[in-house]
Amino acid sequence: MPDEKKVILSTSGLTKVFGLGAQKTLAVDHVNLTLYEGEVVSIVGESGSGKTTLAKILLGLINPTEGEVYFQGKKRDISTQKKRQEYWKNIQAIFQDPYSSYNIFNKIDAVLLDCIRMRGGGKLPQAKKVEMMAEACSFVNLKFEELTNKYPFELSGGQMQRLMIARIFLLKPKILFADEPTSMIDACSRATILDMLMQLRKEIGMTVIFITHDIGLAYYVSDSVYIMERGKFVESGSADEVILHPKEPYTQRLLSDVPKIYEEWDLSTVTYSS
Amino acid sequence: MSKVVLDVRELTTKYITRFQENVYAVDHVSLKVEEGKSLGIAGESGCGKSTLALSLMGYYFPPLHYTSGEIIIDGRNITGMNPDDIRRTILGTEIAYIPQAAMNALNPTQKVINFIEDVIQAHGPYKTKKEIYEFAKGAFETLGLPAEALQKYPVELSGGMKQRTVIAVSVILFPQVLIADEPSSALDVTSQKMVIRMLKNLMEDRFIKSMIFITHELPLLYNVTDDIMVMYAGQIVEKATAKEAVFDPLHPYSKGLMGSIIVPESGLRDVKLAAIPGVPPNLKNPPSGCRFAERCKFVQPECTANPVALREIGGGRSYRCILSEDELRETYAKEAYQNAR
Repeated sequence: MPDEKKVILSTSGLTKVFGLGAQKTLAVDHVNLTLYEGEVVSIVGESGSGKTTLAKILLGLINPTEGEVYFQGKKRDISTQKKRQEYWKNIQAIFQDPYSSYNIFNKIDAVLLDCIRMRGGGKLPQAKKVEMMAEACSFVNLKFEELTNKYPFELSGGQMQRLMIARIFLLKPKILFADEPTSMIDACSRATILDMLMQLRKEIGMTVIFITHDIGLAYYVSDSVYIMERGKFVESGSADEVILHPKEPYTQRLLSDVPKIYEEWDLSTVTYSS
Repeated sequence: MSKVVLDVRELTTKYITRFQENVYAVDHVSLKVEEGKSLGIAGESGCGKSTLALSLMGYYFPPLHYTSGEIIIDGRNITGMNPDDIRRTILGTEIAYIPQAAMNALNPTQKVINFIEDVIQAHGPYKTKKEIYEFAKGAFETLGLPAEALQKYPVELSGGMKQRTVIAVSVILFPQVLIADEPSSALDVTSQKMVIRMLKNLMEDRFIKSMIFITHELPLLYNVTDDIMVMYAGQIVEKATAKEAVFDPLHPYSKGLMGSIIVPESGLRDVKLAAIPGVPPNLKNPPSGCRFAERCKFVQPECTANPVALREIGGGRSYRCILSEDELRETYAKEAYQNAR
């Protein structure tokens, strides 16, 4: 990482409340987050810890109840559709479920053409567009000739997720949110997807935020790790610090719950609560 | 050698598609599970692990069809039995099955106890509601589940709780073999650990005699089962003890699978994950030679010529490759050396 770190996205006191009165839930609780350019960050937490809600706020899909998001040092403004689309040129996401991430009425060419248009390449000659799409597809080991005239649902889950990465390749955003990108595909395709994401990150120098419950994955890919519990960050630091030498009891418990290979996995500590 | 609870010999089952094509998803699979042992089945999506689980029950419904082979449970051959007899006398009492999304198996309009009543009245010895309640309560307490869960509707239980309830219901009639198909993949790590602890305790508490555990998560398999069987394109490609399968895999496919393990342990970040390129073959017309040849890094011309047989190498270990044990180990050592440079 370069010595001079430039802040790309930061938040102050970000809060999201769902429900009212007795039903009130603090999904995200006064979160202060600072992301640097070119960094890989993981936000780890169990189901219901608020990690996806946080990602949705940062993506501009839902509005925070309180707090501000700063993008490249300036207060984020997504009050109109036009400004929002401008924001989305810089910040993109890959979601958990590839099957429901596509518009089922759009063919694959349309999906990719849309990305070129978003980058302002709408007026390019057709041959150039095809070349760009073929390049993106070959980056993720897909053959563009085989994909034309197909619909996304004709592909397998792993292929769809790779097509998602091809989209990111064309869009070249500054920040990418990967919300459990590999939890619906099996272990062998997982390595392929992660490798592609990491290679893409190197090529276009974007910041990647992994949102996951898989601690092993977080440790493998990221520079720094945030552990989230009930809407708050309980521990954060470099991956080695947090995963190998956790200080907080919550992190320690989370780590002890993951099956290991080289270390003993102690099942006797399980308590049947909840 | 302890008693063999489940003995499967050369089992082949197929799917018949609506275009009348045959897809052999389980191809000449033989396996033995001894009393007190658990067997893990690993493999990527679509390799036939779940079809094998369904086929082992001997209960076939279209599009799945039985082709050949034998299933012997506790000395009793159940191949060719009438499906109705199998449902009444085998399922639940001899073989129990936990499907992938077991939490959705509960009827949302029924209390858990009503569900158990149905199960026990169909197969079991108890008939009156009071008897069943007492029996279920005892079973739940042994399994570490609160008895109050019996009187609840599924929506009132958490995901992990539902999963454990379904496991409790499936073993309530003391089956010989429990087949668990990805029982924890929809849960977070904490609930997953509870489910695993419960499954491991089932055998100690004498609820079941043996278990077959199916998942694609190898670290989990390694911690839960005694033996691991790796499946690829409907065939067994390797059978070994859990330790051997993870630390000394022989078949190139198992080697690739083990190379994709991610665990939060020191040293992981220095290892480059080895992804297996390509996709599994289409089982409508599988390649005549080795089915893995297309994706194999060490492929040779002889690989694609003839079908490769499963090689027994002693110690209950076997693998499906034309290379010998030593040749394979040498190849892997060379590769590791080159990667290190």
